[in-house]
Amino acid sequence: MSELPVPAKSATQLNDEMLSSLRPPTLRWYVLAFLLGAVVAWGLYAFTYLVTTDMSCTGLDRPVMWGIFIVNFVFWIGLSHSGTMVSAILRLSQANWRRPILRAAEAMTVFTVAVGGLFPLIHLGRNWVFFYLIPYPNQRGLWPNFRSALLWDAMAITTYIIGSSLFLYLGMLPDLAVARDRAKGWRLKLYTVLAMGWRGTAREWLIFHKASTLMAALIIPVAVSVHSIVAWDFAVTVIPGWHSTIFPPYFVIGAIHSGVAAVITLMIIIRKAFHLEEYLTPLHFDNMGKLQLVIALLWSYAYFVEVQTTWYAHEPIEWEVYGFMAHKYTFILLLMLFGNAILPIIVLCFKRFRRSIPVMLALTLLINVGMFIERFLIIVPSLSHKNMPFVWGTYSPTWVELSVTAGAFAGFALMYTLFAKTFPMVAVTDVREYESQKALVPLGRTRVPSLVGKE
Amino acid sequence: MEKMTSPYKWGMVIDLDRCTGCGACVVACQAENNVAICAKKEVAEGRNMHWLRIERFWVGEYPDVRVRFLPVLCQHCHDAPCEPVCPVYASYHNPDGLNGQVYNRCVGTRYCGNNCPYAVRVFNFYDHEHAWPKPLDNQLSPDITVRSRGVMEKCTFCIQRIRRAKEEAKGEGRLIRDGEVQPACAQTCPSEALVFGNMADPASRAARLARSPRRFRLLEHLGTHPSVYYLKGGGREHV
Repeated sequence: MSELPVPAKSATQLNDEMLSSLRPPTLRWYVLAFLLGAVVAWGLYAFTYLVTTDMSCTGLDRPVMWGIFIVNFVFWIGLSHSGTMVSAILRLSQANWRRPILRAAEAMTVFTVAVGGLFPLIHLGRNWVFFYLIPYPNQRGLWPNFRSALLWDAMAITTYIIGSSLFLYLGMLPDLAVARDRAKGWRLKLYTVLAMGWRGTAREWLIFHKASTLMAALIIPVAVSVHSIVAWDFAVTVIPGWHSTIFPPYFVIGAIHSGVAAVITLMIIIRKAFHLEEYLTPLHFDNMGKLQLVIALLWSYAYFVEVQTTWYAHEPIEWEVYGFMAHKYTFILLLMLFGNAILPIIVLCFKRFRRSIPVMLALTLLINVGMFIERFLIIVPSLSHKNMPFVWGTYSPTWVELSVTAGAFAGFALMYTLFAKTFPMVAVTDVREYESQKALVPLGRTRVPSLVGKE
Repeated sequence: MEKMTSPYKWGMVIDLDRCTGCGACVVACQAENNVAICAKKEVAEGRNMHWLRIERFWVGEYPDVRVRFLPVLCQHCHDAPCEPVCPVYASYHNPDGLNGQVYNRCVGTRYCGNNCPYAVRVFNFYDHEHAWPKPLDNQLSPDITVRSRGVMEKCTFCIQRIRRAKEEAKGEGRLIRDGEVQPACAQTCPSEALVFGNMADPASRAARLARSPRRFRLLEHLGTHPSVYYLKGGGREHV
C-alpha cells in the first residue's frame, strides 16, 4: 500500500498543494462562517441574558450548584489535551506519520483551551468581578486564595494556553515564511511580521529543531498537570463520588481519549475540505486508530477500577450516588459505556475499520459524545445526592445553558475555520523535510531512500 | 488543639428531644438577617434562601408513624470544607471559630456550596436585592448587607449581635457573659432547644450541654469538626 506519494514533486508544487487552504475563500466558506457566526451570536445573546438578569435562568439549584458550564469546561480542556500532547509525543518519538496532522492538532489545542477557559468565568455568579481571581496588587492588600483548586486551575490553564500557543507558533514559523514568500497584500504584511524575518539559514534551522524538541518535551508535563488539576477541582472535595484518588490519572486518560478522537475527526474534515487526500492517507488513520484503541482500553480500565472500588466498599452515600446515576441517567450511562469503551475497543481492533474514513468519523464523534456524557455523569449525580438526603435534588440544563454550549461549539469551529483560511493548515516544512529525507540517494551502484527507519 | 487567638469559640447545642419543629427559628433568622422572601416557585426549584432549615423525617410504618425534626444551620466547622476552596477568600475562618462570608468579595463560583456536606449555603440565584416588596424594605436591618444576586450567603451565628455584644463588653472592660448574646434562632426557640454559647468557656451552658452523653455531631466521620452539637436520647422513638 502506498502510504505517501512516491513521485517526486517540485517544491513549488508541494507548497501549492499544502497551502491550498490559503486560497481565497469560496462562497461555501462564507456561508459556513456566517452560520457559525450566527450560532456564536445566539450563544453570546444567551450569555448576555444570563449576566443581565440573574442565575435563575439556569437549571442550577441548592444541591447542584455546578452544571453544564462546568461539564463544558472539563470537556473542552479535555479536548485540548491531544492536540499538543499527541503532536509532542509523536515529535519526540519521531513518528513520521505525524507530519501532516500536527498543525491541525496543535491549533485545536489552542482553540479548545481558549473556549474551555471561558467557562469558569461564564459560570460565575458575578462575572463582572472575575478579576478578583487574578493576583494583582491592590490597595486593600487582598490576594486570591492559593489553597483553592480554582486558583490552581487559573494558573494551569494560563500556563497551558501560553505554552500551547507558543508551541503552535514555533512549529508554524518556517511555514509562515513560505506563505510570506507567496503572499500579496495584507497577507504579505501579516506573514512578514509573524515570520520574524525567517530566511531558512542552516543556523536558523538548527535553533528551530532544538527549540521544537525542547518545547515538545516541556509541553507534555504541562498537559498532564493541567488535567490533573482540573480533576483536583473534584478530587480534593469531600463530595461522595468526587473524592477519589483515581481522578487525576483518570481525567488525563479521559482527556486524551476525547482529544485523540477530536484530532481524528478534524483530520477527516480537513482532508475533505482542503483535498489533502494525498497527505492524510489511510495509514495516518490506521496509526491514530491504534493510539485510540490503547487509550480506549486505558479509559475502560480506569473507569472499571473507579466503579469497582466503590462497589466493593459499598459505602452507603457513595453507592447512593452510583445508584442514583444508574437509575436516573440509565440511557446516557449506557450510551457512554458503549461509545467510549465497548464499541471503540471492538471496532478499532480491525485494520479494515481503522482505515475506513466513514467508520472512523462516526466512531470518533461517538467517543466525544460519550466523553461529554462522562463529564456530565461525574459532575451532576454526585452533587444531586450529597450527604444530606433532605436536600437531594436534580438538575437539567435550560435553554440559556444549552445556547451557551452551542455557542461554544460554534465558536470553536469558527475560530478553526478562520485559522484554516489564514494560516498554513498542513505543516509544509515538516512534510517537505520528510519528502526530502525520503528521496533516493545514490549508494554505490544503486539508489536507496535516504530515510532510515520505518515509514 | 490549635492556638487560641480569641477567648471565644462560639458554638451551639441543639436538643432534638426538645425540638417541636415549629419553625420559629427559621422565621426569626429570616427577620434578623435580611434573608430574602422567596416566591413559591423559587422554593419549589430548591432555591429558597433559608439559612436554617428544619429537616423533617417520617419514621416507622403506618399507623405507627412518628416524625423527627432536625434543625440544620451552618455547622461552623473548625475544619470547614467550604473555606479552602474559595478562590477569593470570601469564605474564611474568623478567630472566634465562625465561618465568615464576605458578600462583597464573593464572585459566585459556588464551589463552597458544593463542598459543604451539610448543604447549608444558599446562593442568590434570583435578584433579591431589589425585590423587596415596598413596605417590607423598611424592615431591613441596617447592620447587615442586603446580598446582591450571584453571591453565596449563609448563617453567621448572627455575627452582628456578637459584634455588638463584644463592643459593649469591651467598653466595660470584660468578656461577654454567658447568655448575653444569642442568635435570633436560639432567642426565639420556645422550647429552648437551641442553646448558644462560648465553647471555649467550659462553664458556659452550651459547653456543659455539649458534654452530655446524648451528644453527636452531624456527619462527624468527615472530620469537619462542627461547632454545632446535637443532643438525642436513645430509646424513646417519638420526638
